[in-house]
Amino acid sequence: MNLTAIQAIYVFEMKRTFRTLLQSVVAPVMSTSLYFVVFGAAIGSRIDQVEGVSYGAFIVPGLIMLTVLTQSVTNAAFGIYFPKFIGTIYELLSAPASFAEITAGYVLAAATKSFAIGLIILVTAFFFVDLEIRHPVWMMAFLMLTCLSFSLLGFIIGIWARNFEQLQLVPLLVLQPLIFLGGAFYSVSMLPDAWQAVTYLNPVVYLVSGFRWSFYGLADVPVLISLLAIVGFSGLCIATIGWIFKTGWRIRD
Amino acid sequence: MSSIVSVQTLNKTYDGGFRALKDVSLDIRDGEVLALLGPNGAGKTTLISIICGITTATSGKVSVGGHDTIGEYRAARALIGLVPQEINLEPFETVMNTVMFSRGLFGKGRDDAYIERVLRQLSLWDKRDAQTKELSGGMKRRVLIAKALAHEPRVLFLDEPTAGVDVELRREMWETMRDLKSHGVTIILTTHYIEEAELMADRIGIMAGGEIRLVREKAELMAELGRKQLVIELSTNVEKVPEALSGYDLSVGRDGSEIVYHYDSRRDRTGITKLLNDLQAAGLQMRDVRTEQSSLEDIFVDLTQGDAR
Ligand SMILES: Nc1ncnc2c1ncn2[C@@H]1O[C@H](COP(=O)(O)OP(=O)(O)OP(=O)(O)O)[C@@H](O)[C@H]1O
Ligand SMILES: [Mg+2]
Repeated sequence: MNLTAIQAIYVFEMKRTFRTLLQSVVAPVMSTSLYFVVFGAAIGSRIDQVEGVSYGAFIVPGLIMLTVLTQSVTNAAFGIYFPKFIGTIYELLSAPASFAEITAGYVLAAATKSFAIGLIILVTAFFFVDLEIRHPVWMMAFLMLTCLSFSLLGFIIGIWARNFEQLQLVPLLVLQPLIFLGGAFYSVSMLPDAWQAVTYLNPVVYLVSGFRWSFYGLADVPVLISLLAIVGFSGLCIATIGWIFKTGWRIRD
Repeated sequence: MSSIVSVQTLNKTYDGGFRALKDVSLDIRDGEVLALLGPNGAGKTTLISIICGITTATSGKVSVGGHDTIGEYRAARALIGLVPQEINLEPFETVMNTVMFSRGLFGKGRDDAYIERVLRQLSLWDKRDAQTKELSGGMKRRVLIAKALAHEPRVLFLDEPTAGVDVELRREMWETMRDLKSHGVTIILTTHYIEEAELMADRIGIMAGGEIRLVREKAELMAELGRKQLVIELSTNVEKVPEALSGYDLSVGRDGSEIVYHYDSRRDRTGITKLLNDLQAAGLQMRDVRTEQSSLEDIFVDLTQGDAR
C-alpha cells in the first residue's frame, strides 16, 4: 500500500484548509448561531418541550448534522473537482496509487475538516442552551461516521460535476431538502402517519435520529438501524467510487 | 541496449469515434533521448498519456521497465516522470509544497536535500516560497519539470517542454536534459523545433495521423541528410554512365538527360572538380549544373504531408 501517497494528499489538502481557516470556520459557526437565535430562542420559547427536552436543546444535534453534512459534501466535492478543473488531476492519474489510496487521502482530509467544524459548533451550542450528552463516545462515533460517509458522497459529486454550477447544485437541491425533512427541527413522530412513512426513505433521518439519541437517548428509529444505515451508505459510496476509477468515468479519456 | 518502454500495437479511439492512434508499436531504449516530431494532432500527447496511465488504450499493451502499465501499474508508474504539455498547477500553492506533494504521491519519503538540488538546478530555489500563480510562464514550466523529477524517475516524458520558453532558458533546459541523461535517465521529448530534436536526440521518431512513420538513429538520419546531389544536365542524352566514370557514385536521371552525382557535402574533398574534368574528358556536353540537398524538414514534410490537421 502506498501510505506515503495517502499522507501526501492528506497533508496537501489540510494545508489548503489551514490557509483558508477563517472562512472555513467562521461561516458555519455564524449560520448555526443564527439558527439558535431564530429557532431556539425566538420560536423555541413558544414551543413546549419535545419529548422532555427543551426545543433549543432538541435541535442541537440536527443543527450540527445540517452543517456537518453540507460541509462534508462541499469540501470533498471541491477537493477533487478543483484538480479536475485546473488539470492537475493528470498527476493523480499517473501516480502509482490505487483508487482507494487517492480516495482515502481526499476523503479523510474533507472529513477531518467537517469533523472539526462539527465540534466547534457543538462548543458554540453550549453558549446558547443547556446540553447534556448521554453517550459521548457514540456521539463522537456518529459524528465521525457521518463526516466520512458524506465526504465519500461529496467525492463522487466532485467527480461527476462538469462545472461549478453542478458542483453547487447538489448540496443545494438534494442535500438541503433531505436535511430539513430529515428531522433536524422536529421529531418524526410529530408528522402525520403517511408522511412518517415517506420520511423513512430519507437517509438523513437515520443519521439525525442516531445522533440525537447519543445526546438525549431519544430516537425516531432504533440506534442499531441508524448505524447500519450509515455503514450501508458508506459502502454504497465506496462501491461507486471503485467503479468510477475502474471505468475512468468522467476522469479518464 | 535493452528497451525500457515497450509499446505494442497500441490503438486509441476517443469517445467521439476519432482514431487517434493506429497500431502504434515502439521500443524506447534504456538511457536514450528519443525525440518525437509530428504535426498538431499527430497523436504524440495521446501516446504519452496512455503510457503514463492518464488515458486508457482501446487495445494494445505497454510495459515500462518490464512492468505492464495496467497489471503492474504501481511498479510501472513509479519509474515514470511526466511533464505535461499544458501548464497545470494549483495557483495558490507554493512551489515547494507542490513539488513535495509530487514526491509523496509517488511513494517516496521526504528528502529535502534532493528537492533542493532539483529546484536549484532549475533555477527555482529562490522562488520556492512563491505561489505558482506569481510565476512567469517559463518558470511554471520549470515547476512542472521539478514536479516530474521529484520522485527520481528513470523515464522522463517531456511533452513540448520548450514551447514558450526563451532562448537562454531553453539552453538551460537542454543542459538539464543532458545532465539527466548522464545519470541514466531515459528521456522522451516531443517538440515542434526540428533543431531541438537534432541537438538533443539519440533517435528521432516522426508521428503523423496516429501512426509512427519513422524511427531512426539521429546520426544515421543526419548522415543521409548530409548527402548532397550534383545534377548535371546534358546537351545530348546518354543511355548509361560512361565506363570511364565508373569510379564515381553516379546515376542517370530524366531519361538520360541528366547525370546525378551523390556525395557527402561535409567532406573536405567532394570530388566535384575532378568529376567535371572527367566528364569533359569523356566527351559529355554539359548544359547546366545544380545541387540538391534534403533536410530533416524535407523528410518531415514528405512523411507527414496530406495528413489532416
Ligand atoms: N480527449 C479527447 N477527445 C477526443 N479527441 C481527442 C482528445 N484528445 C485528443 N484528441 C484528438 O486526438 C488527436 C491527437 O491528439 P494529440 O493531443 O495526441 O496530438 P499531438 O500530436 O499531441 O498534437 P500537438 O502537437 O498539437 O500537441 C487530435 O486529432 C485530437 O483532436
Ligand atoms: Mg500534444
